Amino acid sequence: MARKAVATKAKAQSNVPEFSREQETEAYREMLLIRRFEEKAGQMYGMGLIGGFCHLYIGQEAVVTGVTMASKKGVDAQITGYRDHGHMLVMGLDPKGVMAELTGREAGLSRGKGGSMHMFSNEHRFYGGNGIVGAQVSLGTGLAFAAKYRGDGSVSLAYFGDGAANQGQVYESFNMAKLWSLPVVFIIENNKYAMGTSIERAAATTDLSTRGASFNIPGEQVDGMDVRLVHDAAERAIEHARSGKGPYILEMLTYRYRGHSMSDPAKYRTKDEVTKYRQERDPIEQVKVRLLEAGYETEESLKKIEADIRAIVTEAADFATTAPEPDAAELWTDITVSA
Amino acid sequence: MPNILMPALSPTMEEGKLAKWLVKVGDTVKSGDVLAEIETDKATMEVESVDEGVVKALLIAEGTDNVKVNTPIALILGEGETAEAAPAPAAAPAAEAAPSMIEAEAPAPAPTVAAAPAAPKFEAQGDPDLPAGVEMVEMTVRQALNEAMAEELRRDKDVFIIGEEVAEYQGAYKITQNLLQEFGPERIIDTPITEHGFAGLAVGAAFAGLRPIVEFMTWNFAMQAIDQIINSAAKQLYMSGGQVKAPIVFRGPNGVASRVGAQHSQDYSAWYSHVPGLTVIAPYSAADAKGLLKAAIRSPNPVVFLENEILYGSTGLVPKVDDFVLPIGKARIARSGKDVTIVSFSMGMRYATQATEKLVAAGLDVELIDLRTLRPLDIDTVIASVKKTGRLVTVEEGWPQGGIGADISARVMEQAFDYLDAPILRVTGKDVPMPYAANLEKLALPNVDEVIAAVNAVTYRS
Repeated sequence: MARKAVATKAKAQSNVPEFSREQETEAYREMLLIRRFEEKAGQMYGMGLIGGFCHLYIGQEAVVTGVTMASKKGVDAQITGYRDHGHMLVMGLDPKGVMAELTGREAGLSRGKGGSMHMFSNEHRFYGGNGIVGAQVSLGTGLAFAAKYRGDGSVSLAYFGDGAANQGQVYESFNMAKLWSLPVVFIIENNKYAMGTSIERAAATTDLSTRGASFNIPGEQVDGMDVRLVHDAAERAIEHARSGKGPYILEMLTYRYRGHSMSDPAKYRTKDEVTKYRQERDPIEQVKVRLLEAGYETEESLKKIEADIRAIVTEAADFATTAPEPDAAELWTDITVSA
Repeated sequence: MPNILMPALSPTMEEGKLAKWLVKVGDTVKSGDVLAEIETDKATMEVESVDEGVVKALLIAEGTDNVKVNTPIALILGEGETAEAAPAPAAAPAAEAAPSMIEAEAPAPAPTVAAAPAAPKFEAQGDPDLPAGVEMVEMTVRQALNEAMAEELRRDKDVFIIGEEVAEYQGAYKITQNLLQEFGPERIIDTPITEHGFAGLAVGAAFAGLRPIVEFMTWNFAMQAIDQIINSAAKQLYMSGGQVKAPIVFRGPNGVASRVGAQHSQDYSAWYSHVPGLTVIAPYSAADAKGLLKAAIRSPNPVVFLENEILYGSTGLVPKVDDFVLPIGKARIARSGKDVTIVSFSMGMRYATQATEKLVAAGLDVELIDLRTLRPLDIDTVIASVKKTGRLVTVEEGWPQGGIGADISARVMEQAFDYLDAPILRVTGKDVPMPYAANLEKLALPNVDEVIAAVNAVTYRS
């Protein structure tokens, strides 16, 4: 295994780190919000209220939740591809604004002009929402460049999928990130399928955590269905980047339950495979079981959380359904900044 | 709790077949449970439940074809909910009640797509007034560009230069000479040969508020990076509803150099000027190079700044003032005249200027316009000129199809058709990849004689 020897693969942690009661509850709430929001978005897509492409995050909730819990909110920058709804919700962007953008309304985060794949928040330091596979990796490296240029102590968290991991600019970015010791964590959300192509059919080497080996970037594979392991690895990686040691790669082994986008029947995988993940590995169920076993929550208190979340999602959906479309004059605004 | 509706499962689906029910009346379902299989024109898809509760009724029988999107197909009631609000659940196939809209007898309605509102007009300011008796310094375009960057680097610490060979090598074409010495390696940054990556990196830095100047060794290499220039930089402000700016300058030599063959000899003026969100500048004179590059670096928008290798060594007079900044989007009338208008920019201005000198000597009063900025294009100056002269020739090095001259011709036809006394003629590079052989390269380029011939043709002097 010469390749492994070259790779500076960080040692995987064997013990599962425990979450405090507060962390468990926070993780549960955040992940449940994503799940219910995405289910509602899927339903609204079916009703024709959401158009175009709509990529749901269902199944992958633990990744962005664990990473964000390990980050400094409002300080660290995050950027991702087109499967971006979950990132925005966990970062604290208004669910009403996200849903209203999905329905193309004036009150949407991009005033109805971006859509599912193009939402941003300077305030929360969320840089999208990028529709071109792999582009966010170079852009995210640039966010880290700005952090180092200014010495502001922030870290850039750049998410991309197993599909994007085969794009050329990813390696151009790895090279510069390491060459200049930029504070960036590359988070590969490996959900096994790049649209309909399994990783085995697309990648000559499927352990994506070693993709930084020729640049001497440390990497590790993480069970991306367990929010505690995600959080633990993210803390390590973010600390590495913030302390000036340069980039770090986290390959999150995760799974999306739904198709690539709403119009994908997902015939390239078996029903059993999906069922197995849902029944045995579900990130939310894992936390739920622990909450009950530890006595942190009861069936009744969990129902209360569920009702709270559903109320948030229903409010967002109602808002997004009734809010007005952008004024026709908006066609011509925001093309350039008037100097 | 609402009825379950027939979902649209693709951007274009209008109806589908309810192939199979996977639940029955009385079943308890929760979020994520598969309720039914639906066949679309492309595939069989599963419909998952979003709601939790008990299936009270299945409103469409399985096997029903042509069920319209948004038809109620089932009723699920949650805990404590009653069926009062629900419509009577007769299992009537909706398809029969839905005649095709195309066959409807009613008269066809007029199109209801609202007309797009008019585009706002860009109003450029005029050039700044220079103080009386200002000293004019002769310098090369190279020096002018170098001074512009040095001055802006001194003025704003968020400005930095990134590109291949910009620092230690002092610039492949020496445009960044001595900047490393003054500003240090943190702000004058040599990159690996990695255009796609460093262009994207710089755009990301601009999103975070820095003001990068990206030097492409030539614009030919920027094709590796064009996705980041257009999809990331140019569209960001619009896609974010005005929230995220990309203040960045992409610059370097554009167009034809000399004897470097097809892959290194191309004019990208028309390519980038096509894109809303970008500002595109292509100066000819040393003064314009300086004043417009300073304006580009201060611009809050992404700017494509097209230089020309052959012009780097040409000299011109640049006013010696503290802060010489020129307006973006304003053409310069290089010579005022009344008989015929010649419009050009960048290297095309060299052919146009030499042709003008000869034509004026031959008694023709030529008006020569240097566009300077290609987007926003100062069409008003061109239109005003054509209304005066009635004749127009455009000159550029780029290919004819979809070129700058083609666009100007269309706009003049739209806005000043009645003022034209002759067809507009375009002088362009020939519609071929650039050949290497000296004689062929010469033939592929526009030249002074072609400009004179075109002017003679539109003034009916030939």
